[in-house]
Amino acid sequence: MTDLPLLLTSITFLPLVGVLFILTVRGDEAHVARNSRLAAMWVTLCTFALSLVLWFGFDPTVGGFQFTEKWEWLPEYGINYQMGVDGISVLFVLLATMLTPLCILSSWSAITKRVKEYMIAFLILETMMVGMFCALDFVVFYIFFEAVLIPMFLIIGIWGGTRRVYAAFKFFLYTLAGSVLMLLALLTMAVQAGTTDIPSLMAYHFSPALQTWLWLAMFASFAVKVPMWPVHTWLPDAHVEAPTAGSVILAGVLLKMGAYGFLRFSIPMLPIASADFAPFIFTLSIIAVIYTSLVALVQEDMKKLIAYSSIAHMAFVTAGIFAMNQQAVEGAIFQMLSHGVVSAALFLCVGVVYDRLHTREIARYGGLANNMPRYALFFMLFTMASVGLPGTAGFVGEFMIMLGVFKASSWVAFFIAIGAILGAAYMLYLYRRVIFGKLEKEDLKALLDLSPREVAIFAPLIVLTLWMGIYPSSFLDFMHASVGDLVSNYQTALVAAGKLPAEALALAQR
Amino acid sequence: MMSQSLVMGPALPEILLAVLALAMLMLGVFRKGDTTALVGWIAVAGFAVAGVMTLMGSGHDTELAFGGQFINDGFARFTKVLVLLGTIMTTIMALSWMKREGEGRFEFPVLIILATVGMMMMISANSLMSLYMGLELQSLALYVIAAFQRDNLRSTEAGLKYFVLGSLASGLLLYGMSLVYGFAGTVSFDGLAEIANAGEVSTGVLVGIIFMVAGMAFKVSAVPFHMWTPDVYEGAPTPVTAFFATAPKIAALALFCRVMMGPFEAYAPQWQQVIVLISILSMVLGAFAAINQTNIKRMMAYSSIGHVGYALIGIAVGTTAGIQGVLIYLAIYLFMNVGAFTIILAMRQKGRAVENINDLAGLSKTNPLMAAAMTIFMFSMAGVPPLAGFYGKFFIFMSAMDAGLITLGVIGVLSSVVSAFYYIRLIKVMYFDDVVEPLDRLSGATQKAMLAISFVVILLFFLVPAPVVDGALAAAESLTGGTSALASSH
Repeated sequence: MTDLPLLLTSITFLPLVGVLFILTVRGDEAHVARNSRLAAMWVTLCTFALSLVLWFGFDPTVGGFQFTEKWEWLPEYGINYQMGVDGISVLFVLLATMLTPLCILSSWSAITKRVKEYMIAFLILETMMVGMFCALDFVVFYIFFEAVLIPMFLIIGIWGGTRRVYAAFKFFLYTLAGSVLMLLALLTMAVQAGTTDIPSLMAYHFSPALQTWLWLAMFASFAVKVPMWPVHTWLPDAHVEAPTAGSVILAGVLLKMGAYGFLRFSIPMLPIASADFAPFIFTLSIIAVIYTSLVALVQEDMKKLIAYSSIAHMAFVTAGIFAMNQQAVEGAIFQMLSHGVVSAALFLCVGVVYDRLHTREIARYGGLANNMPRYALFFMLFTMASVGLPGTAGFVGEFMIMLGVFKASSWVAFFIAIGAILGAAYMLYLYRRVIFGKLEKEDLKALLDLSPREVAIFAPLIVLTLWMGIYPSSFLDFMHASVGDLVSNYQTALVAAGKLPAEALALAQR
Repeated sequence: MMSQSLVMGPALPEILLAVLALAMLMLGVFRKGDTTALVGWIAVAGFAVAGVMTLMGSGHDTELAFGGQFINDGFARFTKVLVLLGTIMTTIMALSWMKREGEGRFEFPVLIILATVGMMMMISANSLMSLYMGLELQSLALYVIAAFQRDNLRSTEAGLKYFVLGSLASGLLLYGMSLVYGFAGTVSFDGLAEIANAGEVSTGVLVGIIFMVAGMAFKVSAVPFHMWTPDVYEGAPTPVTAFFATAPKIAALALFCRVMMGPFEAYAPQWQQVIVLISILSMVLGAFAAINQTNIKRMMAYSSIGHVGYALIGIAVGTTAGIQGVLIYLAIYLFMNVGAFTIILAMRQKGRAVENINDLAGLSKTNPLMAAAMTIFMFSMAGVPPLAGFYGKFFIFMSAMDAGLITLGVIGVLSSVVSAFYYIRLIKVMYFDDVVEPLDRLSGATQKAMLAISFVVILLFFLVPAPVVDGALAAAESLTGGTSALASSH
């Protein structure tokens, strides 16, 4: 089904059509707001429907890129507009297109001022996210990767909480500082290899000395985005201040950009440096898992707690990626997807009570199980998924990562497992304080349970959480071939460089 | 040499503009009533004709005129078109401003024409003599223009300051040129290049080059010769500031490129470190000093110092790719500045011009289109893709990486992060803050047109970058006589 030449471009840029439409909406404020919401909803739903073609049309038996397209852009520099997806990126495209309509729906009544601009920002954001996962040219990737900053900066800054300006600036400057270093790496690679075409760069052999520098420059960018300890501090601020839908996209998709970068660039293009730096990544991941879990335990703010839990979960992912074997990498990708669904859902859960009471302070809540039983049920499911209860999406990823990491180093697996225990502690502690206990506070008693609109938001996420937990193969099948190629290319490169005995290759391909 | 002495064809656009300036002067003097608008629009038409002549007139080869003193090559054509574009757009801005303020004087467009002739001479200079002639013609006209609002204390102060410091810089330049002439024995660029290529480095010439670099660094407002810029930008009438920020800066940088890559290319190992240093200083100072500014014109002054720092990277690299980067950067810089200054010019509260950054507060609510346009310009200046400003930096840094100037590249990108802070602060004021006092609506079709053009160019540059990129490459090749190691080899 690679005979759909414009599919990825259409998915990427369809939201911009919605932007053009919303720009033409005229009339009084209420009218504009309603039409903008509707238009954004329809466009994102159409985008999602279109992206489902990828789900059905993608051939999971092939490791290479599919649905590729190429247009000349600056051919004399080897820079061209190229799109394509493989088993690693295809599901992220779907994740992005699935979460955006839910974000629009969740902002339906929460956003009342400047609705038009809000919807435009989200549609542009969707284009940038999808384009980033589809890009098959490093420059095109970089453009999408960076351009995400513009809508996100505005979303946090305009519709955010009280400290929104601080959070927006921190987010913007942290991310930009990392990215510009990656730009230098990109340029160096372009100058060296004479092209920025991603498959060609993967095949190009950079000298080991250069690889170290390139790896560090890229690390600066991806580590901020993941975010890894100690450059994670922008995330709690951004999450706390962003509007609910902003947090959802931030946790659901934007955090995946960093880890995706490691998988797409650092490891296949710079295998030797990646192998050298793997212990470094493991160390940072272990610190992140344990440290941020402990920090999460003492948080007073619901969103901040979930933000710290995101950092811990993403540390699992980075550890899995750099373990570099089939299970660990597949587990890492799966964990990213499940975290995309579960953390998005958790932020939506916070959004539900925030919309009603306008506070995220945990101490202000308690006993919600009495008057919001449906909410309590949904929240519990996602809490369990976050903890990693078997049968939910969270379990599969964590389990596969630990399995894979154990192969690479049992000590790393040991420390990461401690993080999993702490994860259970802070999530259950949060759940107890918000949902259980006596319903004593007067204003809480007046809270209404989920509205049909809110149920509609959660329904697809619940289905996905259970589906991914009970039958993960339908997702993992997409990855096998591509991840297999990634791992074997990596090991071949290491063997060629004399960093790995040749027997390891045979062992891995077993 | 002698056979060329009567050739004037390549300089036809300059001659046209010089004659036009004199004619307009007479028109203004002898015609009764206010002739500012008439003279102004004729000047704009003249610039347009000169631009078309520059583009079409002389084929694609390098031509000499005035006994080899004047050169018209691809590089000159590219930069002249940029200069003329900048002049046209800022003149139009100035005309509508003068109409509104009731400050019309026909001398203004005439001075702009003279300055433009000077700039075009500078760009086409092929000897130290013609270089100095062009530069001084330009500078003298600019001194007067800076002090144009003669009843305004700040404007006269700006003009005087600019004059005194500018004369000092001209003196330095002249001194450097006389040293070069004294030690090399010729003023012709070709002759100087021949001597430089022939053999050993003469210390006298080197000292002369350093003095010349200092003089030119003043004209492009690179650190440490930037002191005049914030004061002049702030004091001069806003349309004049817009003019200063575009055309003369482009012309001076073009001159810088020509001098360093033409006669003195062989000395590159000697002057490269100097350029690297002033480039780094400009980028860093431009980034840090702008943070605390409250006046938007002052902020733009520091921003322009920073931008010059980036452009200088291309000269420091000293390859075809570097010069190409400079040219792309200048082309994009021109539109970003025209756009930003159109908005600064439109900052009025109840008819009174304001220039504090905080006066923009809540602009997105009162005037969403204007705020959106300014946002695009600011993100572009910060170098965020997919906006045009990113590509300017992209090609500059690519040439730096190619030449192995990695430290310069790292300092460059990091200072661009610092400068992003004050650009996005402007966006914060417009979008995150509440309205204090609303700005007046954008008035005048010309202003809207200017804004629309620069908006579209900056936003949609990424769709068709090839004309600018290829044009800049051709221009750079004609200057350096080489080919870019980055392009087309693949």
